[in-house]
Amino acid sequence: MIKEEWMTIVQNKPLALDTYEMILSGELADFIPDSGQFLHIRIGEGMTHLLRRPISITNVNPEGKRITIIYKMIGEGTKWLKEQQPGHKLHVLGPRGNGFPVEDVKYEKILLVGGGVGVPPLYYLARKLINQHNQVITVLGFQTKKAVFYEKKFAQLGNMLLVTEDGTAGFKGRVTDFLPSFRDEIDRYYTCGPAGMLKAVTKCMDTIPGFLSLEERMGCGIGACFACVCKTSDPHDHKGYRKICKDGPVFSAREVIL
Amino acid sequence: MTDLAVSIPGLQLKNPVMPASGCFGFGQEFSEFFDLSKLGALVLKAATLKPRYGNETPRVAETHSGMLNAIGLQNPGVKQIIQDELPFLDSYQVPIIANVAGSTVEEYVEVAKTISQSSNIQALELNISCPNVKEGGIQFGTDPKRSANVTEQVKKVTNKPVYVKLSPNVTNIVAMAKAQASAGADGLSMINTLTAMKMDLNTQKPVLANVTGGLSGPAIKPIAIRMIYQVRQEVDLPIIGMGGITSSEDVLEFLLAGANAVAIGTANFQNPYICSNIIDELPSTLEKYGYSSVQNCSAKGVTE
Repeated sequence: MIKEEWMTIVQNKPLALDTYEMILSGELADFIPDSGQFLHIRIGEGMTHLLRRPISITNVNPEGKRITIIYKMIGEGTKWLKEQQPGHKLHVLGPRGNGFPVEDVKYEKILLVGGGVGVPPLYYLARKLINQHNQVITVLGFQTKKAVFYEKKFAQLGNMLLVTEDGTAGFKGRVTDFLPSFRDEIDRYYTCGPAGMLKAVTKCMDTIPGFLSLEERMGCGIGACFACVCKTSDPHDHKGYRKICKDGPVFSAREVIL
Repeated sequence: MTDLAVSIPGLQLKNPVMPASGCFGFGQEFSEFFDLSKLGALVLKAATLKPRYGNETPRVAETHSGMLNAIGLQNPGVKQIIQDELPFLDSYQVPIIANVAGSTVEEYVEVAKTISQSSNIQALELNISCPNVKEGGIQFGTDPKRSANVTEQVKKVTNKPVYVKLSPNVTNIVAMAKAQASAGADGLSMINTLTAMKMDLNTQKPVLANVTGGLSGPAIKPIAIRMIYQVRQEVDLPIIGMGGITSSEDVLEFLLAGANAVAIGTANFQNPYICSNIIDELPSTLEKYGYSSVQNCSAKGVTE
């Protein structure tokens, strides 16, 4: 088991509006047990950037020793990341966190709901679920047509419904507008996206077992600094919190308060 | 052979390097990366009397060569720390320093009393300088009289040496240090973070949910060096120096300014191996600049 590596950038290209797809090559690709885990990537040279950036794993190709990540350029750290050229090495801690629990999930009908930059971890998840003989339906939500990515890749894995807020691609609206029609036919759901979307999705699907992946600004990324915590809904839990980087980022929908 | 050992009240350190409170949890997470027995000492995350949830998120933000944090002293409370966190550290040969926090003098006293009963705690660090809590913390740390009172009251209930962590958010750091010396502090930790803030251009609001946070990292190193140097000229107490250390050269700089030992904070987030790496590199760095021991190096800081 390795915990860190200087991984080589194989590809780093624009995928959609402010969104980039990077392929990293290294031994770490052999050590990614679950979908939904993340890489904690060191940013910049020297000491200008002190905080690593947690980026969820989009896909793993152990044969080629490759890991795909998708990130959105939001601030200076991700701006630096997008400027890195193939051949450059990135220092990566990983895989960090607990991913989507799918070990015993077989022959089920499963709904995946992704919003924006929350879509990436669902791809590796979808591939795992299909390998385990599940049927996967995906609802992908983006703000606008230019922001859409991976819709064709998901369509190859099962039914895919594309939604944009402004209606420039797929159906117009929000993902939650389209969930009630699936509620009666699915066995469980997995979701990742902005906090507001997660809240709406879990509320809409409250009778169905579900798991969600949370996003938060992280400090250490290993569970020591208490920067990324959320409240737990378990009244018997004396701590009252969960660490997103270490206990999560994936939680049962019933475990955390959004 | 360079001698890294340091002897300060209550602490026989095999080397002067320890992680700073709050940046290393209770040690367990970092044991995945290196042997904690390698550390000079280990400083625990702050303990309060009752469990504290801390502030809302976001709690951290990156700044140039630094970061802001506003965790808000989240911790499970002193009793749970003793019960759930300390046993893990039993298997390591490393002195443990407990960081004691509170909203009132009474709380500091209770926490200090409780954690002093734990035999594997070698020293206390009084956190009178946390900028991220509404009550206590920095309110004590910016007033010489109030801060001295906390130390005096805590000294009455503990037989462990008490190191007081000073806030840099003051005009006269020497006055704060002198007040601690008179109050009976056994040593000083300096510096805590500087109160700071960052705006988010997209939301046009502060990035941190707490609005303000504490600035740490290399950005504050020159301030730490200056304050340690000033205090060293006038106060004889041992100093654990901290503030933006990322290399063995930085450690030497702190020792030369007058620190006796050092703590590494923010750099642990960029590189979880940093404490271990610095300990490995320190002998050759000291040698390069003509020092055969850490003690010699700190002594120079005192005499200049």
